[in-house]
Amino acid sequence: MKQNWLPRTVLFISAMVFIVAGFSSMAFGKDKLKIGFVYVSPIGDAGWTYQHDLGRLAVEKNLGDKVSTKFIESVPEGAEAERVIRDLAKSGYKLIFTTSFGYMNPTLKVAKLFPKTIFEHSTGYKLAKNVGTYMCRFYEGRYLTGIIAGKMTKSNQLGYVAAFPIPEVIRGINAFTLGAKSVNPDIRVKVIWVNSWFDPGKEREASEALIDQGVDVITHHTDSTAPVMTAEEKGVYAIGYHSDMSKYGPNAQLTATTHVWGDYYTKVARQVLDGTWKSTAVWGGIKDGMIKLAPISKKVPADVVELVKKTQKSIADGSFHPFTGPIRRQDGKLLVKAGKHLTDKDLLGMNYYVEGIIGSIPK
Amino acid sequence: MTLDTLMNILVATIAAGTPLVYAALGELIVEKSGVLNLGVEGMMLVGAISGFIVMAKTGSLLLAVSCGMLAGAIMSLIFAVLTLTLMANQVASGLALTIFGTGLSSFMGIDYTSVALKGAREIHIPFFSDIPILGRLVFSYDILVYLSLVLLALVLWFLYKTRAGLILKAIGESPRSGHALGFPVIRIRYLAVLFGGAMAGLGGVYLSVAYTPMWVEGMVSGRGWVALALVVFATWRPMRVLTGAYLFGGVTIIQFHIQGFGFEIPSQVLSMLPYLATIAVLVLISRDKKLIRLNSPASLGITFHPENN
Amino acid sequence: MVFKIEPRPVPSRQMKYFSPLIAALLMLVSGLLIFTLLGKNPVNAFYAFFIEPVNDFYGIGELFIKASPLMLIGIGLAIGFKANIWNIGAEGQLTMGAIFGGGVAIYFNGSTSFFILPGMFLAGIAGGMFWASIPAFLKIRYNANEILVSLMLNYVAVLILSLLIHGPWKDPQGYGFPQSVLFSESALLPVMVEGTRLHAGVLISFAAVGVGWIFLLRSFIGYQLQVSGLAINAASYAGFKYKKMIWIGLLAGGLTAGIAGVSEISGPIGQLLPSVSPGYGFAAIIVAYVGRLHPGGIFLSSLLMALLYLGGESAQMSLDLPSAVTGVFQGMLLFYLLAADFLIHFQIRLKSTSALKGTRP
Repeated sequence: MKQNWLPRTVLFISAMVFIVAGFSSMAFGKDKLKIGFVYVSPIGDAGWTYQHDLGRLAVEKNLGDKVSTKFIESVPEGAEAERVIRDLAKSGYKLIFTTSFGYMNPTLKVAKLFPKTIFEHSTGYKLAKNVGTYMCRFYEGRYLTGIIAGKMTKSNQLGYVAAFPIPEVIRGINAFTLGAKSVNPDIRVKVIWVNSWFDPGKEREASEALIDQGVDVITHHTDSTAPVMTAEEKGVYAIGYHSDMSKYGPNAQLTATTHVWGDYYTKVARQVLDGTWKSTAVWGGIKDGMIKLAPISKKVPADVVELVKKTQKSIADGSFHPFTGPIRRQDGKLLVKAGKHLTDKDLLGMNYYVEGIIGSIPK
Repeated sequence: MTLDTLMNILVATIAAGTPLVYAALGELIVEKSGVLNLGVEGMMLVGAISGFIVMAKTGSLLLAVSCGMLAGAIMSLIFAVLTLTLMANQVASGLALTIFGTGLSSFMGIDYTSVALKGAREIHIPFFSDIPILGRLVFSYDILVYLSLVLLALVLWFLYKTRAGLILKAIGESPRSGHALGFPVIRIRYLAVLFGGAMAGLGGVYLSVAYTPMWVEGMVSGRGWVALALVVFATWRPMRVLTGAYLFGGVTIIQFHIQGFGFEIPSQVLSMLPYLATIAVLVLISRDKKLIRLNSPASLGITFHPENN
Repeated sequence: MVFKIEPRPVPSRQMKYFSPLIAALLMLVSGLLIFTLLGKNPVNAFYAFFIEPVNDFYGIGELFIKASPLMLIGIGLAIGFKANIWNIGAEGQLTMGAIFGGGVAIYFNGSTSFFILPGMFLAGIAGGMFWASIPAFLKIRYNANEILVSLMLNYVAVLILSLLIHGPWKDPQGYGFPQSVLFSESALLPVMVEGTRLHAGVLISFAAVGVGWIFLLRSFIGYQLQVSGLAINAASYAGFKYKKMIWIGLLAGGLTAGIAGVSEISGPIGQLLPSVSPGYGFAAIIVAYVGRLHPGGIFLSSLLMALLYLGGESAQMSLDLPSAVTGVFQGMLLFYLLAADFLIHFQIRLKSTSALKGTRP
């Protein structure tokens, strides 16, 4: 007996150690949800990626030590993205947000290889068992800013600096135009395409060209603050996009359409932690707190602010849809009859201008 | 199109052409000395971010411009050491400089992406700026636009009125005879390359501090290469550099106006215009081989080693 | 002590092989400095940069995927560079190759024919060569500088792709987003190793290294290219031969870039997107030069360059190093190599000992 106690004790102790270690590692592993974010550009100080990073920071703040987050910035769309997303999944990130349209197919490819990892892809349209999509109804904000622009313009000419002719951008231009026309039927909207998401030089040149042609309210669907800055310099009004750009144009900016991701990201992370996450296609707007207007400038008269607030409320409670008829196409043909409004499917594939826009969509 | 619009286009054109004036004038001096530095794009980028950082930190335009020029000059010094002292291939070294400058500038600019900046303001001269038409056309720019014209005058004076300019051109034609006459060929070329770097840096500062004013990775977006093309276009004459730069600026600006007026041309085609125009002009100028041979420095791009003759 | 720089009577053979090593060594030292300055442990940083990306099969596959277009284009460019033809439009030629090849895939979408893939490659080659023939033609006919023309055409090619992708080639089911349909199976390169993305296009690149080897080092044309490169300004060199060299020099780059373009879209991407290359056409210039225009060297340097890219990503992920560090490294590597080349053609001696000799070539 005497010689036998040692091996047994060793066995016992090591078994205990293994069990404790196993439990604790499981506990630790379960505890911290590693969340990865893939960004298409540097974060910077304003813009698309900046807003998403605000969302990431909100997750960290809301969920504290239950999560740890990591972002990879400036990831080119296409073949490069697949490797980055895969590396994140391989390194144990169990929830991965891919925040640009071009990541759609790479995300799906990686999702197939990592069925236990959950992916959320922004602005795309393809779902899978472990891939959800999410985006914002930017057009709701655009409609509201259109009201302000339509009221504030003296020349009745509004300018729009646009990146690429995809439905999301065209939808915004149309909503902005409809909003402006709802308060000022004589409005004309001039659009300049710069063929780049992010090129301050071009955005500035385009804004200048618009202003020189008589436009006195500028808005943009590009990523830099150049249009707002140009408006500030030239003494016309501007409506920002993505982020509140008032510090770039304290006198020029009337308001801005901003998108807010923090609540959504937190909700998704909670669902993943609780194990209740399901693949869905989320298209959130004012109602969900995903679209917000930046503080409206003091220059905007109180009755206009009132009108905007009222419209915002009726969009939020669903009693009003920005694309409610009668809407005519650019060539005057009736698109939507009075009392009807466009469906989500119509909106998703939008590839035409409404009446009041000057120029043509690049084909 | 009203007179006012036309005026606005002209004013915008001059602003768009100014960074090209700087970079191309600098490269012209470099090439006159017989050296071909293809690193303009990289030097402009590093100049742009250096100037931007200084402007953001100190708010002093003078400091920003000086530091941007210094940064451009330091970049060109790398090139000069490689090609003039170590006798590396000029084309390869220039390309390397651009690749390095692109990386370095985005590295330096990490904390400065889309930071707000109070840029150089258009100056307003009482009375003069208020003269109709002329006042707008002549007296309504930021100070860096005027500086580019001052530098143009200086380059003209240097090249055509000074002995030093004569020596520079002689060395560009034949470094061997220059060397035989006792001129320090390598030292003169060093100075020319450094001047080119400083000017490219200044062009970059103009973009990031006055034109946009903002820092974004790769924001020079090909202007350095256009500046190189302009030197050929100008057949190595400073006045024509100015013409070429404004022409290019004009094409860039007009494409946006065309869109704004609602012409049915795909915007991508319009965006191609500046590049296609550059090629077309290059072809027009270069087809006359005699013209090129008469004006281009004969030793352009060829490595010279004083011991090796 | 005064040092004197003196040309070698003949280029040093040893230095030809040593100078890349010296350059690599200098880069390691600089890397050490940079990492330390950024407050990172250099050992961790080096591990993240050079080991972590390739510590599994998938990583090695990625290395070759990334190196594949670089070595392919690098070989093509080297042929031109040898003859002093500076084609820096490979990015545009790659894009054109992708447009032509992608056009075949889109037009025959759904077809299961075996000939789709070869057809795509033939079209891609045609596209790349077509785009390269423009600077060649303009140089021969109008004496236009091929550096500037080929460079400007890069921008034009990308805009043409954008025009097509936003217009006629847009996926009709794609909600208007700028992308083509996903290519059908017959238009995709097969994956060679299960669990990786390593596609058959890599084999084409290996083959190109072999062909380039024979062409550059064992053929008469290769010899002529070198001669024309050396004698670029000599009036004695027959004009028509020089024209031939311009054609060969530029078309070789266009051909390989065209193949690379098709390999990208039928390999890792699988469709046409507004951007098909993250700058391979420019990086290949470095690859060709670091590989000292020798196919074997290009093979190695493309792997090194690919590793730098992957390392940049992995360093960002595990150490929060900014991605821009990669670009700085690439530029430095090139500088060091150019500087180290000096030792091939020159030697450094003490003045007193060399004063007596005075050898001149």
